[in-house]
Amino acid sequence: MNQAAQALRVNRRRFNVEEVRADFPILQQRIHGKPLVYLDSAATSQKPQVVIDAVVKFYSQDNANVHRGVHQLSERATADYEAARAKVQRFINAAKCREIVFVRGTTEGINLVAQSFGRPRLQQGDQIVISALEHHSNIVPWQMLCEQQGAQLRVAPVNPQGEVLLPELEQLLTPRTRLLAISHISNALGTVNPVRKIVELAHRRGIPVLIDGAQAVPHLPVDVQSLDCDFYVFSGHKMFGPTGIGVLYGKEKWLEQMPPYQGGGDMILSVTFEKTVFNALPYKFEAGTPNVEAAIGLGAAIDYLEGLDVEGRIAHERELLAYGTSALSRFPGIRLIGTAAEKSSVLSFVMDDVHPHDVGTVLDREGIAVRTGHHCAQPVLRQLGVDATVRASLAFYNTQQELDALIRGLQKVREIFQ
Amino acid sequence: MNADLRDLYQEVVLDHSKKPRNFRQLEDANRSAEGFNPLCGDRIVLYLKVEDGIIQDIGFQGSGCAISRASASMMTAALKGKTVEEAEALFQRFHALVTVGPSEGADVASMGKLASLSGVWEFPMRVKCASLAWHTLRSALAGKSQPVSTEDPATT
Repeated sequence: MNQAAQALRVNRRRFNVEEVRADFPILQQRIHGKPLVYLDSAATSQKPQVVIDAVVKFYSQDNANVHRGVHQLSERATADYEAARAKVQRFINAAKCREIVFVRGTTEGINLVAQSFGRPRLQQGDQIVISALEHHSNIVPWQMLCEQQGAQLRVAPVNPQGEVLLPELEQLLTPRTRLLAISHISNALGTVNPVRKIVELAHRRGIPVLIDGAQAVPHLPVDVQSLDCDFYVFSGHKMFGPTGIGVLYGKEKWLEQMPPYQGGGDMILSVTFEKTVFNALPYKFEAGTPNVEAAIGLGAAIDYLEGLDVEGRIAHERELLAYGTSALSRFPGIRLIGTAAEKSSVLSFVMDDVHPHDVGTVLDREGIAVRTGHHCAQPVLRQLGVDATVRASLAFYNTQQELDALIRGLQKVREIFQ
Repeated sequence: MNADLRDLYQEVVLDHSKKPRNFRQLEDANRSAEGFNPLCGDRIVLYLKVEDGIIQDIGFQGSGCAISRASASMMTAALKGKTVEEAEALFQRFHALVTVGPSEGADVASMGKLASLSGVWEFPMRVKCASLAWHTLRSALAGKSQPVSTEDPATT
């Protein structure tokens, strides 16, 4: 550990869930007269006060367009926007700041790679490989691309526990495979994919890899250089930052080769009606006025996360998951969907004779927020034999008492639907 | 139990969801339509036998939550023997009941068991569950070939 890292460590407060909860104003409220139990962080996470303050400060003190004005406000806005980029670079350990492209979210990042990286490289008969675990946002852009180019989308299967079958995945990687796209953590089941190993398998055959990290960045330290992935995509709002901002990390060698995704202002060096010269990385991919306040808010979220005791936070989440898994497993008539050996922060389940939607409504009246339905991952649920599940998803601000409240809520569901 | 929940999940609603009436495919149906709610995955297929403007027989199949099953079950029970015009009029009253609530002017008493779904209006997220079967009915009566979705602008 270098000196800077050591200094950071000393400054970190030891993880204490009650202290941390106090940082999130939204968690202090009652819903239907009961304390809010927020178990839907995989859909979107709540925001600490420092993130809210950063957005408010931007609009109350620094608001201006970026990369344009010569005036003081534009200088400040630009400096803060670019400082946020530098924070993202450090957060995922990217080699260079120019490898960090701000996008609207994971979905836009994947679409950008599909159209700008995938399309020129994909010929008729070529293949894109994904896994059966994917969120619709890591399925549909590839389907659209394959349709456009006459290519084939191939899907690596999962076992009944919800783990991707690596030998089967490996068999799908052929000389015609142009890209492998896979999630780091499954949003519907919580499976943690062995992405480093998967990148190795693909690279051995010269196949680039995109990782959908939307569910991973809120929970695990991510090091894109150590993963050696070609692209890594995630959203701000799932990692305690604002909505409307996301990150596409791409290796410089690829981003350099890729044509712009959208045309407009800020992505150009010069424009005449005859010829436009595109701007350098990463601006080539950031057409139009970006979501400046959200980028700055994301920077504040990163500062916040890095200020927490990371080991303590991860240990707390692991304990919560084990506690919730054990409590739900003992509950009569409840079946957990997704029981991978490597799991993170998601408790997806079904209850005998009660539809998830009805479970969700009863829990809501107990102040408990869960997601019900297919979680934008219809294919994997169908493969595991269910149409819909109840999903309780965790963040470090959740407590064992909240999981106890969930269990009591499920007992109420049983009473109503006995 | 919470009073709103008791209104939503009334005994008769739970009974229809557990033992749905007319839960079958009609062999001699001359109208049918499929409806789904893409948000929660609920799906219904409705079968009708309509002769001389009268709903002679009606049945449904599919999967969904307690509210959508109970609503489909009660709808089929209420519509058997009704004219197409009466069905449309009942749809309008049912729709008002679950979206606006049992207001003073509404003739809830004449709606029979359908009135037991009045609790839905307190749960805006569940209105689509209660109205899925009815939108599917209208689609079947209109002879539309496309499946109806609760997310179509026309069904809100």
